[in-house]
Amino acid sequence: MIVTQVNTQEQPPELPTDRIGFVRYMPWITTPLLCAVLIAVWSLYVAKSGISPFVLPAPSAVLQAWLDMLQSSRAWNDVLATVYATLAGFFWAVVAGVGLGVPIARVRWLEQTLNPFIIASQVLPKVALAPLFIVWFGFGITSKVLIAAILAFFPILTNTVLGVKSIDQGHRDVMISLNTTRWQVFRRLELQSSLPYIITGMEVGIVLALIGAIVSEYIGGDYGLGHLLISRMNAFETDGLFAVMIHMAILGFIFYFGISALRRWLTPWHDSAR
Amino acid sequence: MTAAICLEAVDKWYGTRDKPVHALQATDFEVRQGEFVVLLGPSGCGKTTLLRMIGGLITPSHGRLRIMGRDLWNGHARQSSAVSDLGMVFQEANLFPWLTIEDNIALPLELKKMPKQARLERARSLTKLVGIAGFEKRWPRELSGGMRQRAAIARALSYDPAILLMDEPFGALDAITRDQMNIELQRLWMETGRTIVLVTHSIAEAVFLADRIVLLSPRPGRIDKVVNVPLSRPRGLDVQTTAEFQDIVRDLRHRLEEIS
Repeated sequence: MIVTQVNTQEQPPELPTDRIGFVRYMPWITTPLLCAVLIAVWSLYVAKSGISPFVLPAPSAVLQAWLDMLQSSRAWNDVLATVYATLAGFFWAVVAGVGLGVPIARVRWLEQTLNPFIIASQVLPKVALAPLFIVWFGFGITSKVLIAAILAFFPILTNTVLGVKSIDQGHRDVMISLNTTRWQVFRRLELQSSLPYIITGMEVGIVLALIGAIVSEYIGGDYGLGHLLISRMNAFETDGLFAVMIHMAILGFIFYFGISALRRWLTPWHDSAR
Repeated sequence: MTAAICLEAVDKWYGTRDKPVHALQATDFEVRQGEFVVLLGPSGCGKTTLLRMIGGLITPSHGRLRIMGRDLWNGHARQSSAVSDLGMVFQEANLFPWLTIEDNIALPLELKKMPKQARLERARSLTKLVGIAGFEKRWPRELSGGMRQRAAIARALSYDPAILLMDEPFGALDAITRDQMNIELQRLWMETGRTIVLVTHSIAEAVFLADRIVLLSPRPGRIDKVVNVPLSRPRGLDVQTTAEFQDIVRDLRHRLEEIS
């Protein structure tokens, strides 16, 4: 008979070492490292290939153009114009998207009536409306806000409808058993319960609003980051072109993280906020 | 004394003109104040329909329904004076995930515009009553199924209704937790002196909890018979091994087999 030796002491077996700490901090090292490598490759390619700076400027030239842009008050006015068009458009998209989404999700005939229109306008590339809006509303800020709003509107609408439709019947029963008013059901149940969905729509919507603002600035008006980008292209200032793109990317990041912060603030209870 | 709940020829039809379904035949029944009544029956017998009608969640097709002597329905309008005497507990806890436990418990009070300080005090005393003190600030997702159901009971009790209506409240819980919850429910009922109507499909649970068991039979749903449970209070879990308990259980099971 084989007797295996039994360890009578209460000791854990050899467990793997805690690697969670390392894994958590790894992106803070690897991501900048990857960035540095990409910039180095870009730099080296420009230096060795002798490519024209009109086609691809060196990273150092782009950096210089970007720093110049930071000091130019004209460029800051363009940033402000784009930010205004994006946020104003986004605001109206949220108002219209949530304001229409809730009744559409609740009233069946309304949904059936409006659905063909919603789908038709979903499949139409909405930037195609930009020239029309400039014809109708001129080169001023109104047409930009409208394009930004229309692009941001649909994801907010569809997510609101989904959110209100996903409300638990059990939660509705609770509200009915408490003999609540229509307004209380909206305010305390429907809005709260669909908030994670609405914020998801807003996350998509804010980026689309920025795209809408920039595209409408391409084709009309004489301010905004979109306009600046086109004028840099026409002037063959490719390094400046890159600098405007950096500005746009930073704006996009700020907007997106703004909405993410909103999510953590408004729906800390939801899985998506963790 | 007025009956806590009074049904006069209450019935319920579902479906369409071509395919009508008689969910509950005309039913007369009275629940006395302070009584513990259990509605027992196989699925499809209309026990949940009956409870949801008493709770005002669905309208009866015919008949008259009175809560503490007051009509629950006036035409198609639910009467808030009657509804405020009713507290509902569902099979799922149905806590709002965006509210902390204390805010969930205090929600009915908030909807009735009670000031914040007063309603949170009430919520705190209720968490003690149902045995979840110390969890006031947690999210519902952080609690176990049994604890969530305790919070749901506390919410139903928050505005001090005379009658508690419970639709298979412990059906989703494991057997051990369920026994424990039944003991606690009995204690709560004895301490607060409320009227309770509870729906279950567990014969043992029905006999353990009830003063009177209403046995319902299906197709169409109707009251088959009403059984008194004369076992003394408070009942411990050991009561289930007594001959008296088992006799009642056996009779009910035989009758259930015949009707389902």
